Formats: sequence, structure tokens, C-alpha cells
Amino acid sequence: MNDIAWIDAAFRGARPQAIGALLRYFRDLDQAEEAFQEACLRALKHWPVNGPPRDPAAWLILVGRNTALDDVRRRNKSQPLPPDKLISDLGDAESDLAERLDSSRYRDDMLRLLFICCHPELPATQQIALALRVVSGLTVNEIAHAFLVSESAMEQRITRAKRHIAAAKVPYETPGAVERAERVAAVAAMIYLLFNEGYSASGGDAHIRLPLCEEAIRLARLLLKLFPGEPEIMALTALLLLQHSRAPARLDADGAIVLLDDQDRRLWNRELIAEGLALVDKALRHRRPGPYQIQAAISGVHAHAARAEDTDWAEIDQLYGVLERLQPSPVVTLNRAVAVAKLHGPAAALAIIEPLAPQLGGYFHFFGVKGGLLMQLGRAEEARTAFDRAIALAHTPAEAAHIRLHLDRVLKDSQPA
Amino acid sequence: MLYAILCYHDEDVVGAWTKADDDAVLAKRAAVTGKLAAQGRLGPVARLMPTSAAVTIRSGGEPLVIDGPFAETKEQLLGFYLVDCASLEEAIEVAREMGRGESGAFEVRPVRLFRPGVAPA
Repeated sequence: MNDIAWIDAAFRGARPQAIGALLRYFRDLDQAEEAFQEACLRALKHWPVNGPPRDPAAWLILVGRNTALDDVRRRNKSQPLPPDKLISDLGDAESDLAERLDSSRYRDDMLRLLFICCHPELPATQQIALALRVVSGLTVNEIAHAFLVSESAMEQRITRAKRHIAAAKVPYETPGAVERAERVAAVAAMIYLLFNEGYSASGGDAHIRLPLCEEAIRLARLLLKLFPGEPEIMALTALLLLQHSRAPARLDADGAIVLLDDQDRRLWNRELIAEGLALVDKALRHRRPGPYQIQAAISGVHAHAARAEDTDWAEIDQLYGVLERLQPSPVVTLNRAVAVAKLHGPAAALAIIEPLAPQLGGYFHFFGVKGGLLMQLGRAEEARTAFDRAIALAHTPAEAAHIRLHLDRVLKDSQPA
Repeated sequence: MLYAILCYHDEDVVGAWTKADDDAVLAKRAAVTGKLAAQGRLGPVARLMPTSAAVTIRSGGEPLVIDGPFAETKEQLLGFYLVDCASLEEAIEVAREMGRGESGAFEVRPVRLFRPGVAPA
């Protein structure tokens, strides 16, 4: 690895902690980001000469804070500039740097930073964009690319979000236990949203946007590191790892969607699966079930099946049943119906999903599943209506193309031989 | 004489490596281990999963299981076991059994990559 590569990795690794601490000092997101930027510039000058600091985050926090303070002084012009030498000496004083920076506050610093990004007043798209910009350090251009919007539109979106946050009251004191738990839950939800944004893009051409998924996994790991004893955070990380493990098999060479049943499971990433399963194991030990744990367990059941026909659908049916009780939602019921169809046939599944029509009347997957079940029951005309509806509701060309494939099959089957 | 070479690094930094960075580091290491393997001098090689997958067992009358990696600095790494278990629970049970009535601690960490090696015992 060359200098730039390891320095860049160190910046990325240190960023959440450093920006979190700088935010605590400055109480202003832009100022914290600027201070971090400045510290990185200094680091680019010093690190290649002096070698990497033992604690890059601590180095960047201290230098970032000092340079920002210098800036204030410079503007006031009341005091002479401190010599650059002061900063270059930091390398030697590094060993006690870590002690001087109160490490116990890091956790709340980072949580606050993450939490600010998912301020309840911000729409989901702004939350995600802000987290990618501020916490992950992606450039506006990269984020715009991932969301398939122009750079100026994304710049605006992020600026608006920041203005919102500056106006909103963000508490800087150390949160209490209840508030901390609420923040963790909000951040987890944002990370899940970010992953889903990458997993099934909500618009545009790209059906899967891997960088978003990878960034979500990185943030989940970060949150888990901050709260290593939280089974739901273990499970969230596991869920993302397990879902992401299938990425290489989810689209065929032409970019068409390949359903779970038809995926070449040899393409699944075994390393991600192993880590995901280990984390599910670890979470379940706590015997404090939660929605992420159930979902991760379901994903784990799929991961355990070497072939689609080996899938333990009874277990999946049961897990969705638990999820329905923990977190009732028509989408969960729809998912359980898929397991029921495997276990008891399409008629039983159809009976479960038909009452969901009023709630899921605008949901692509509802009509996809319904069409599939009707097709299995030989009710071609109704299947066609459902598939037509699904196509109208599809978010991406890949989704629409996938349904069209089914539709073609219905048409072919319904034609007299 | 057998020597263990233990790898330490900042997980946040390694986690920020791109796939290409990671591959480059592994390739560079493989150049070294390849030579040793050819001479029958390379023992088992393991890459561990992130510390987020770790559980620590504090030995004692009834060993205590804590989520997360071993984080104390006053104790030193003195040895390790590799065990094949069906679940994390099983591995924890092994460590609890070993640690019962002892002091010290064990960290149980799933192995991400394992090569058994060729060096004679």
C-alpha cells in the first residue's frame, strides 16, 4: 500500500470519532468538518515524514481543534500566529495524547453525530445523505451518483439538512439511559434505511447499489462497537451482512433480478455469511428477542440452505409469526404468506394476503406475490391483472422487467396449444 | 522452535481498506508465507473476524460472559486454542469449562479464514 492509500484509510477510520469530538467542541457541523479537513491537510504533510501516529483519531482531533482555534485567533488578529512547529511536535507527544482526550466521551460523541444525522424532522433521504457526507465522508459527488441525482441537487439537499439541524436544538449534554437507547434505535433505523436504499434502489436504473450497502454495514459495525452488548445491534449488523452476502447472485449477467429460489448459491459470499451467523448466535444468547433478531434469523435460515429446496420454510413461517406479533405490519404478513405458500400451497397463502389489499394497494411486491400465487393456481386472467399492477408500481426497470417475465409466461400458458 | 507471529492493527483503519488494498496486503504477505510453506515451515494461519463478533469470558468460580473483545491492558496474551464448534454457544461453553476456578480471561473470536499449514508439530 502506498502512502496515500494508508493515510486515506486512516482518515476514513478516524473520521466518525474525530468529527464527533470536534462537534462537541464547536457545536457546529460545518465548523467540525472544516476543522477535520484542516487536520487532514496537516496530516498529509506530517504523516508521510513521521510515520503514522499511534492513534490517528486523537491526532486529528487535537490538531483539528488547535488549527480551528488558530483560525479564530488569526481572525481576531489580537495574538500572533503559533508556529507550525508546535503542531509538528505533536508526533512525539502522541503517547499521552490518548489519555489527554477523554476516551469515555467518544461513545456519546459518535452516537450524537450519528443521531444528528437522523434527526426526526429530516426526511429519510436527507438523513441518509447527511450520514454519508458527514459520518462516512463520501463526497457530494459520490453521494449524488449513488442517488442518481445531480451534484448540485445533492449539495442542496445536504445544505438544507444542515440548516435544519442548526436550527433544531441538539442536546450536547451526556444523554441519560433512556435517551441513549432512543438514539441508538433511531440510528439503527437510519442505517437499515441506508442499506435498503442500496439493496433495492428506490428509483433510477441501478437496482443494487453496493457502495451504499457497504457503507451501511460499516456504520452498523461502528454502532455495534459503541454498544457491544446490544443484541438488536448485533442482529442489525448480522442482517445486513447476510443480505449483502447474496449480492453477487441477485442479478444475472444482463442485470435482471434473480429471485432467492433461483440464485446460484455458490456465488453467495461465505465470509459474510459466517460473520452474520456468528453475530446472530451472539444476539440470540441474550434471549431478548427483537425485530432485527428475528429478521436476521430468517436471513440465517436461507443462508443455511445449500439449495433452495433445502430451505426450512416451517422455521421461516414461525419466525415471521413471531415478527408479526412483535411488530405487526402487512408487509411482514405478506412475507409470511410466501413461506405459507411453500408449506401449504398457493391457496392458503392467497387467503392470507387477500385481506391485505386495502393496506398494500400501492406496494409493488404485494402484486408481484399475488400474481405469482394466482399463476400457480391457474387463474391466468387475474394473475395478469396483478402483474400489470406490479409493473405500474415498479421502482426500477429491473423490477418491471422481472414482472414482465412472469407476465410473458402467463400469456404463453394461457394461449391454446 | 515454533514461533507464533501475532497480528495487530487498528480495526477501524483495516475496515476502511478497499478490497484492492486488502488484496494487496494479503498478496504481499503471501510472498513471505509462500516461501515458508514451500520449505514445510508454515504452520496454521488464521484471520479472525472483527472484534464485534467477539465474546470475552472472565474466569472465576463461575466464569462471566461479556460481549465484546478482551480490552484490558494489564494482562498479556499467553496462548490460544483453535476449536471446531457448531455454535458460538458451544465455544463459549468450552472456554467457561476451562476457566472455571481459574483467574484470567479468554476471548472467543470466530475465525474468518483458516489454513492448516504444513509445518510438522
